Amino acid sequence: MTSNWFINASYFGVALVFILGLKAMSSPVTARKGIIWAGFAMIAATVVTFFLPNLHNIGLMVLAIVLGGGLAWWSGKVVKMTDMPQMVAIYNGMGGGAAAGIAAVELVRGVQHSAMVSTLLVLGAIIGSVAFSGSCVAFAKLQGLMNKAIRLPYQNNVNFFLTLITFGIGLTIGYADSPGGFEIFLFFALALALGVVLVLPIGGADMPVVISLLNAFTGLAVGFKGFVLGNPALIVAGIVVGASGTLLTQLMAKAMNRPIKNIIFAPLTGEAAESGAEVEGTMREASALDAAALMRYGQKVIIVPGYGMAVAGAQHKVWEMAQLLEEGGVEVAFAIHPVAGRMPGHMNVLLAEAGVPYDKIFDLEEINADFAQADVALVIGANDVVNPVARTDKSSPIYGMPILNADLAQNVIVVKRGKGAGYSGIENALFYKENCRMLYGSAQSAISEVITHVKALEA
Amino acid sequence: MDGFTALYIFMLAAFTGYEVISRVPVILHTPLMSGSNFVHGVVLIGAMAALGHADPDDPVQLLIGFLAVFLGAANAAGGYVVTERMLGMFKTREGKEGGAK
Repeated sequence: MTSNWFINASYFGVALVFILGLKAMSSPVTARKGIIWAGFAMIAATVVTFFLPNLHNIGLMVLAIVLGGGLAWWSGKVVKMTDMPQMVAIYNGMGGGAAAGIAAVELVRGVQHSAMVSTLLVLGAIIGSVAFSGSCVAFAKLQGLMNKAIRLPYQNNVNFFLTLITFGIGLTIGYADSPGGFEIFLFFALALALGVVLVLPIGGADMPVVISLLNAFTGLAVGFKGFVLGNPALIVAGIVVGASGTLLTQLMAKAMNRPIKNIIFAPLTGEAAESGAEVEGTMREASALDAAALMRYGQKVIIVPGYGMAVAGAQHKVWEMAQLLEEGGVEVAFAIHPVAGRMPGHMNVLLAEAGVPYDKIFDLEEINADFAQADVALVIGANDVVNPVARTDKSSPIYGMPILNADLAQNVIVVKRGKGAGYSGIENALFYKENCRMLYGSAQSAISEVITHVKALEA
Repeated sequence: MDGFTALYIFMLAAFTGYEVISRVPVILHTPLMSGSNFVHGVVLIGAMAALGHADPDDPVQLLIGFLAVFLGAANAAGGYVVTERMLGMFKTREGKEGGAK
């Protein structure tokens, strides 16, 4: 398509820098550099594209870039760190929408392609549309606009036939000489509906995996568009993201012990959640003073932060408390479950934001053996990831999920807003255990109180 | 583009993507997802090509093309800002005082 040597050479460089950037982003030391390189490559790619031969509608193009880029730039700057996952979801959806839009323009123009390219055009259009509408639903769920998992009757059949019909219509218009406007419209409406139907029944707890999957989808759609437009830079960038996104999805699903097919085809529902065994015993309350004394006079404290801490914005307070304890000679470590927060790694970002250094943060495999030697495990706003039924109760829906063995510590203190069950709706057996005390209150105020008491003990 | 050349590019790119992130630590999963989300924002240049070759007299083509460029630009810009903010927080012990609120 582009005969211009300069443009082709630039696109080649851009694709290369994207790969190097992603490679750099997979190590904590070089990650920051990676995204900055990739950013320069993106700017270069955009500028060079203006020099494509026979380009029309330049004014409209600049307007769209300024509006879209500006709005997203601004929203990305102001969003709170806890809301990051849904922002990733919505930006990803926009990329999918752009890919679908490219397909729509090609179809409306009625450009003739070979059979293979037509197939890829249609496939890319479907995948892009699904990524777009699916990401919008994911955004709405994480943003709390849509809390219930909605399950259609005969969900799997609906999915199957909708996919089939969409694909059928897509191929018809893909191979047609000049497809009618109505058919094109119907095709995209169905593809968008498919995305909604696929994501609607999936609960919030599985959303990270879904976002990652949709991210891989968008990459694939972009790659297919590269074939259609004859642009190898799009192919390479898209397919690289498609492949790495698929791997990332698998890693996340593995960390949650939820095979991808179970998430898509058999979402965790309320009924399943209730099938777990009843929990015996009572919950015992602790005061902030008890908590402060237990930790201050202990040797080793392991803090297990969860999403509850993040939404309360208590990570700064928690780190302040940890520093106080360390000054008093107590060994403090943070234990991060792979899915703490809303996405793998999300909690690390939130703790890093508060200034907690790397070497205090441990992941599940590194720290699980240490709980038995810990005097106190302080669980802040985490629930399902420390629920021992995942080890013991075969009937529980979370059975087999790797958990942090907080219950093995000498004492467990759980900071929690109220007595409710966790995100998955499952009762937590930990709260009823002999060595566990509940410290009720929002993470922010509870930890502040603990800090006051720790300081008083110092004096 | 020749069909088989395209297929070779596809295959090599797929393996590259798999290799590039196969040894990533858990703490970087979210930033990396966000980073790869940014990279597919390159769809912007495809959308620009699509809009640039749309018929200036057909409002439907122009509208869809405009939307595609708008969405692509948003993907790229938003993906960059969010990723950069997340990665900007990764600091080692020495740099911890710089932790922004």
